[in-house]
Amino acid sequence: MTTEPPPAPSATAGSHAGPGAGSHPGPRPPSSPTLPAVLPPRDLPGLDPRWSRLVSAPDADGVERRWHVLDTAPDGAQDGDELAGTLLCVHGNPTWSYLWRHLAAQAVRHRPRWRVVAVDQLEMGYSERTGRSRRLAERVEDLANLVEVLGLSGRVVAVGQDWGGIVASGWAAGELARSGRSRHSGSRVRLAGLVVANTAASYPASAPAPGALKLATLPGVLPAVTSRSELFLRTTLALPRPALEPAVRAAYRAPYRTRAERAGIEAFVADVPIGSAHPSRPALDAVTEGVAALAAARLPTLVLWGPRDPVFGEEFLRDWRRRVPHADVHRLATASHLSPEDPLFAAAVLRWLDERVLRSAPDEQPDGQADAPAGAPGAAAPAAPGAGVFDALAAQAGDPATADAPAVVEVAADGGSRTVGWGLLQRRTDELAAGLLALGVQPGQRVSLLVPPGADLTAALYAVLRVGAVAVVADAGLGVRGLTRAVTGAGVDWVVGVPKALAAARALRWPGRRIAAGDVSGLALRALGATAHLVDVARTGAQRLAAGSALPPVPQPSAQAAVLFTSGSTGPAKGVVYTHAQLAQLARAMGRTIRIGPGQPLVSAFAPFALFGPALGATCVVPAMDVTRPATLTAGALADAVAAGRATSVFLAPAAVVNVLATADALTGAQREALAGVRVLLSAGAPVPTPLLQRVRELMPLADPRTPYGATEVLPATDVGLSDVLEAGAGEGTCVGRPVEGVVVAVAPLDADGRAGRELVDAPGVSGEVVVGGEHVKDHYDQLWLTQAASVDVLPSPALRAAVGAGRWHRTGDVGHLDEAGRVWIEGRLAHVVVTADEVVTPVGVEQRAESVEGVARAALVGVGPRAARQLVVVAEADAAAGGPVARTTVAGPELSQAVRVATGRNLAAVLLVPALPTDVRHNSKIDRARVGAWAERTLAGERAGRLA
Amino acid sequence: MKVLVTGASGMLGRETALAVHRRGHDVRVLQRRPASLEGPEEVLGSITEQAAVRRAVEGVDAVVHLAAKVSVTGPHPEYVATNVEGTRTLLAAAREAGVSRFVMVSSPSVAHAGSALVGVGTTPADPAAAHGSYAVTKAQAELLALAEDSPGFAVCAVRPHIVLGPGDTQLVQRIADRARAGRLPLLDDGTALIDTTYVDNAVDALVAALERCTDEGVHGQAFVVTNGEPRTVAEVFARICRAAGVPAPTRRVPSGVAKVAGSVVERVWTRFALPDEPPMTRFLAEQLSTAHWFDVSRTRELLRWEPRVPLDEGFDRLAGGFTGR
Repeated sequence: MTTEPPPAPSATAGSHAGPGAGSHPGPRPPSSPTLPAVLPPRDLPGLDPRWSRLVSAPDADGVERRWHVLDTAPDGAQDGDELAGTLLCVHGNPTWSYLWRHLAAQAVRHRPRWRVVAVDQLEMGYSERTGRSRRLAERVEDLANLVEVLGLSGRVVAVGQDWGGIVASGWAAGELARSGRSRHSGSRVRLAGLVVANTAASYPASAPAPGALKLATLPGVLPAVTSRSELFLRTTLALPRPALEPAVRAAYRAPYRTRAERAGIEAFVADVPIGSAHPSRPALDAVTEGVAALAAARLPTLVLWGPRDPVFGEEFLRDWRRRVPHADVHRLATASHLSPEDPLFAAAVLRWLDERVLRSAPDEQPDGQADAPAGAPGAAAPAAPGAGVFDALAAQAGDPATADAPAVVEVAADGGSRTVGWGLLQRRTDELAAGLLALGVQPGQRVSLLVPPGADLTAALYAVLRVGAVAVVADAGLGVRGLTRAVTGAGVDWVVGVPKALAAARALRWPGRRIAAGDVSGLALRALGATAHLVDVARTGAQRLAAGSALPPVPQPSAQAAVLFTSGSTGPAKGVVYTHAQLAQLARAMGRTIRIGPGQPLVSAFAPFALFGPALGATCVVPAMDVTRPATLTAGALADAVAAGRATSVFLAPAAVVNVLATADALTGAQREALAGVRVLLSAGAPVPTPLLQRVRELMPLADPRTPYGATEVLPATDVGLSDVLEAGAGEGTCVGRPVEGVVVAVAPLDADGRAGRELVDAPGVSGEVVVGGEHVKDHYDQLWLTQAASVDVLPSPALRAAVGAGRWHRTGDVGHLDEAGRVWIEGRLAHVVVTADEVVTPVGVEQRAESVEGVARAALVGVGPRAARQLVVVAEADAAAGGPVARTTVAGPELSQAVRVATGRNLAAVLLVPALPTDVRHNSKIDRARVGAWAERTLAGERAGRLA
Repeated sequence: MKVLVTGASGMLGRETALAVHRRGHDVRVLQRRPASLEGPEEVLGSITEQAAVRRAVEGVDAVVHLAAKVSVTGPHPEYVATNVEGTRTLLAAAREAGVSRFVMVSSPSVAHAGSALVGVGTTPADPAAAHGSYAVTKAQAELLALAEDSPGFAVCAVRPHIVLGPGDTQLVQRIADRARAGRLPLLDDGTALIDTTYVDNAVDALVAALERCTDEGVHGQAFVVTNGEPRTVAEVFARICRAAGVPAPTRRVPSGVAKVAGSVVERVWTRFALPDEPPMTRFLAEQLSTAHWFDVSRTRELLRWEPRVPLDEGFDRLAGGFTGR
């Protein structure tokens, strides 16, 4: 679209019609009727009518125009509160300043206060319809003139969404240039930051119209969908999930009721510079250059993103991250194009302003710390000295005594095995590294590894790390949807995967170039859209190395090394970023707990051991099983793996423990003998019931089954053996033992509302959110700035601060307490704490006591009703003593109900028996209490709530 | 104080009259049939008869008004006559006789429009929204009474919710009888939470209301009274049946079916003036399939009242009431 939109036929003026309608002369002949600016109706939901005012300012052509502006503090400071600054907010198409009402309302309540000035762009909202089409360059200049007239001074942060983000960026870049030109004169505005949401930093001339706009920009279609009808308007307003309230949608549509009112929408779409000849192309390229200048000036920048945007998709977010590497990014998990409608949007902006604009100057930020609130307590400290992840591998490979010893052993279903020695692993890693470089993999690029545990994964992972690229590791247990969200959200540049993974990558349009692993024919390679196969990559690398080219130096300890995804069992999976130094520390902490190292081989199918084994110089044996389904590991396969690697340590997922026990009867004498030699058995990821551990010990009598506590963000945090658990006895929650070496555990006590504060204590018996400090704690969450800021927002006592030293803190989201012996007890998830009028109840202890009642197999404690009258409820699965699982929801009989009330010591409003409780897919053990609570709320209100699981 | 208690033939009225008497007040009771109470002076008559009412309020300082037509069927005018006009007559006579306190005993159903009530406080009576003749006329009566609140004539309303106690003919006996006859189904899964009130706690609340009636924040106001221990319908039925020594209901009927059937039955019973209680009414179907439990923290605070008898003990005493018979 390079032409002016066709002149609209004369349209009658709608709500804008007033005495002056049609009478404003423009510099060019009007292409649509003119309408004056008016004030919005006074009863729009969420909009304070006192914020609205009309302001006259010269437009780009010098003609006076009337703007509708929301302004929360036209008179500056009020009530003696100093204003921190002004947020200059610019909406996109086809919205208006109404988009910023939540931000305005919260900014007014926030301390320090921010003034919000949100404009309706000319031709849009309740601003004047001047009768002409406005181009991007003019819009930027119009805005600058308005800011001048408004007399803004002091800190100003430009905020924009959709095309408004481009206008806001253009204005900010102009402001930067003006302040550079005349440092001591002119503008009183001090540009302090940029916040952009679902918008573009650049738009290549060759690119087609973005996603959903393709159709709208076809000739002839444009007026039909934008101005003659409300299609474009209504489609945009239908994007948010959950859907906008009808009254809110109506408010968005209010200034666009007639074709004349909508002419600006049409012109705005027509101004999208598709192709190199479009009149707005130079202006857009100028904005892109301006963004580069803002990045070079290290202007604090926040990119807020709704990932479900059909117009500004992930590629636009990646473009922002490339162009403004220091920008803080927060992805609003469920938001779409209209991300300012997200409930967390305003909170994210205001918190970011506190920490990035008010608290710390941008120049003080270290490199590579994007997304991490470096100004916040617990932020990354300089890397501690210590061995890197490559050292042990290099030592084992370089020592003739160990070069041929096994590094990785893969056991097949028939009991046969393939062994890769340390020397070969080192050589293959170097070859792959050289090959990846030859292929174009660059330091800092993200490489998703979707290869099952084994020698291939280990070599590929170490090669990726070696070249300074960032390994993205997401467990296949996330499922295809979870994986897609993880890989797409992480913005990977390369995907290394087996055919199944690459087929998914192709079908689901994952980003990144693809490299195949495993059994793939040349033909299939092309069908999968793969650039190369790992074998070819290694061959190329070998040739390079043979020809004398050397690998670059190993990456700096502070360089990003990996993004590990959480399991997603407690919400959408989050990417957790580790640096090289942190990864090495993590491996060492894991090694100490599971007691592996040179001469102490390990059996595990848990993908991260592809990293830990070589980092610790420990042989890693991969048993025969479907690694995406831990429950497929049999006792025989485990025994064969132990025998094949003469392993002394075993790591099992909780589900694998169950199946190993279930298949133990089929063990041969030799297999039993092999298992009897295991000295360390570790299970983690979810609690394992004590009786199961006791039975496992019968198979491995030398091993004291250990169940460390930790998370992807801190692995491990505490460690505990079965004997310790038995010694600790019953208590409030699950005993997870003492903190491992290098870790400090504290709690943030709960207040009467069940909220955890910022202050940390380590006094015994105090319940609160469990907060873990240590050097192997995560660096930061990936592209989740707000989540990261909240996760490190703690006030440790000087003693605790000293104990953690160079380490970082992490709020686990679990509640628990420390006991007199320094042991940690986990009482449940913070989000699952039930607050009644009388008490704050953590769920696990109550549930354990409910489960001690004959008839109750597994229980969940939830609350129903409003806070002042909230009632406690136990929802449970029945055990064999109660006749086995019920077929449908049943109120427990008086005897059982009373027994559970007595055992729990709580006046439960109800004990409900259900066929099954909802649990996480991976471990079938973490109960989704939020879901149980919502279900119980409906069921106990007498509604039909359907099946729970 | 000299206190008139109307409707002392029912369990709550009788216990209230005795409790007020135990507190050292002179008590007079008014009801149609002899209540044979030890202590209180008795006036026989209906609150629809002006002469009887005048006699009853003579020389009285305070009135606790419980007399009402309580049922789920029957012609609407009968409810109006007793519940609305009777209350009007009593109010007028009381003012004339110089009574200074008036405790109107009402019901949470006066503010129940049929949807689930989950932990709500006391909301205003709404005759237009209330379901069934009883609730509608009680709502009108409560509004009438509260409108009379003025200096020198303090009025408050107390709404005890599902009063349980030994000797109760309203609910306990009916549930037990139905269960024995196999006519007590559970609607859906019987999972709706409902509040109940053990009779002693309701009595305490009425006595507290009588004594605090003139307090700021009390007069002119209504207060829901419950044990503050909601339970599922299934458990309430089961506990009552166990106390009565009859098997608990196991048959489940979808609440939608019960509501439709209930409306039909209600009309048939009323039309033909059938003597017995119908097996199901729409009102009952709603009551037994939607949650209605309350936040009584305001009641506790302002009446300075606490439910003394926990529900478990209440059910035990209920069983004692059956075995002692």
